[in-house]
Amino acid sequence: MTKKISILVVDDEESVRDSLYNWFVEDGYRVECADSAKMALSILESECFDIVLADIKMPGMDGLEMLKRIKALEKDIIVIVMTAFATVDTAVQALKDGAFDYVTKPFDPDDLSHLVRNASKQISLVGENEALKQKVATLESVEDLIGKSEAMQSVLRQVESVAQSNSSVIITGESGTGKELIARAIHANSPRKFFPLVSVHCGALTESLLESELFGHEKGAFTGALYNRKGRFEMADSGTIFLDEIATISSKMQVELLRVLETKSFIRVGGNKEIKSDFRVICATNKDLKSMVETGTFREDLFYRLNVVNIHVPPLRERAGDIPILVDYFIKKYCNSMNKPLVTIDPSALKRLEEFKFPGNIRELENMIERAIVIGNGKRIYLRDLPIESSLIDSSIESLDENEKNHIVLILNKYSWNISRAAKALNIDRVTLYNKIKKYDLKRSEK
Amino acid sequence: MNNQHITIVSFGHFESYFLNRIAKEVSLVMNCPVKVKDGHIDLSDFFDSSRRQYDGNKILKQIDTIYSSESYRTIGLFNVDLFIPILTYIFGQAYLNGITGIVSIYRLSNERYNIAADENILLERTIKEVVHELGHTLGLIHCHTTTCVMRSSTYVEDLDQKGAGFCSNCMDLLKEKVG
Repeated sequence: MTKKISILVVDDEESVRDSLYNWFVEDGYRVECADSAKMALSILESECFDIVLADIKMPGMDGLEMLKRIKALEKDIIVIVMTAFATVDTAVQALKDGAFDYVTKPFDPDDLSHLVRNASKQISLVGENEALKQKVATLESVEDLIGKSEAMQSVLRQVESVAQSNSSVIITGESGTGKELIARAIHANSPRKFFPLVSVHCGALTESLLESELFGHEKGAFTGALYNRKGRFEMADSGTIFLDEIATISSKMQVELLRVLETKSFIRVGGNKEIKSDFRVICATNKDLKSMVETGTFREDLFYRLNVVNIHVPPLRERAGDIPILVDYFIKKYCNSMNKPLVTIDPSALKRLEEFKFPGNIRELENMIERAIVIGNGKRIYLRDLPIESSLIDSSIESLDENEKNHIVLILNKYSWNISRAAKALNIDRVTLYNKIKKYDLKRSEK
Repeated sequence: MNNQHITIVSFGHFESYFLNRIAKEVSLVMNCPVKVKDGHIDLSDFFDSSRRQYDGNKILKQIDTIYSSESYRTIGLFNVDLFIPILTYIFGQAYLNGITGIVSIYRLSNERYNIAADENILLERTIKEVVHELGHTLGLIHCHTTTCVMRSSTYVEDLDQKGAGFCSNCMDLLKEKVG
């Protein structure tokens, strides 16, 4: 999938504009013309072009002044300046001001084609570089999706099947369970994988910032809008947009978002031109959106638009069996990144980790391992290197029964409710364990 | 292409057998009858004394005004050095999705490059250039296939490398456009 390169030709001579227009259209480019610098700047305010081919000598604002203004408006645009009156000084000035190249009229036909082909190559290289960076980041983080537990395997199966579709996805789960990794995995396995995955942390932005972040803005749309800026929806064209903490967006933004999802088009803040973008949307939240719909704090129509597929990521305490392989993975990851020899973990430290509830989920486990590698002796991670000694016992629970119940749940989950193995780990017989399950009315979680 | 005919209007005192051979070959490629006729315009109106060349844009416009209503597609054939304001020279040009195109053999002959004259080569180059411009009038843009007649050619060597026919992609596009 390659996009048609767009060229804006700026020249006060009609014959030059017509000639360039015909030449480039025959070469398969999208071309528009402006007869003055003023007109070109006005076109550029409402429309994006890849290349501007501009004459230097024009009445009113000249090409060099226009070049400066274009660069102030849109830094990445490629500007090629041309003139019939070449001097070294103007050429050097143009290049200093950010021109991609400088040509003297009339050109040899081959020179013109080469010039624009080089500029197109530059544009596609920049685009490819961005896409590859995104892809590497995506693939690196997808490797973090680890888990042999049934709960995690079920999530991975869902990821695999939903990736091929174009449906909206809501990923739910507690904080730190790796919802963004799931989004990255869906993108990396989808047909959109060669295009960007653009993440927006909705909870970290105020309503007006989020609006500008999502839709982009025109220069001067508000104080500090020094350049035209593409929004995240525009950047996610042909790719995926990941909206984290979707439950935090205001009711006004919910309306805006619904409109964009329905039309796949939007207008930049301070702009007037409708921009189309083909993106897939994946959202994540640690809130119960359905009850927010019931209480009226989240729009029902938006909820159904987003919630085509729901993937629930289980908390780490419900898949304690994955802790040893996660620990092993994080040890390798951080020893490599810190250029340290691989360390091992003491069995008693690992046992404590397996018993720990991890309210911060995988993120908390990862931080613990990273810290232990930094402060440890460089050979082995001991219990003393882990910040869980004092927090292991929940001091708010004073009842012995409550503590017993929690511990039995922990062990049952760890062994995926295999009664024999759980009983063996608890050092009680199977009948006793069944009695305890009955006593505390324990049920296997569906998730 | 069409039951109507293509007209090649001659403005350059060409030998009739030369024109007839071009018409025959172009007719085969385009699958359309091709007629040849003499044209009359005062070329001095289009001469640019500072460049000592003829303005291709103005000539194309004039040919389009006079001859476009006469046939399905029209190509004006010249033997003068053509230019457009931004380019040092052109072999020919046409209105994309229009009716009219122009071609000049001025830079197509070997003698222009101090090589021994070869009428067959000149004929081949002229046929390719005429078909190329007709392709533009039928809405085709430049093609990247090495052998396709719609490949952009800025030197005669480029013309010699490509064929006189359309590649399968361009042919499919033509079928879509003209049936």
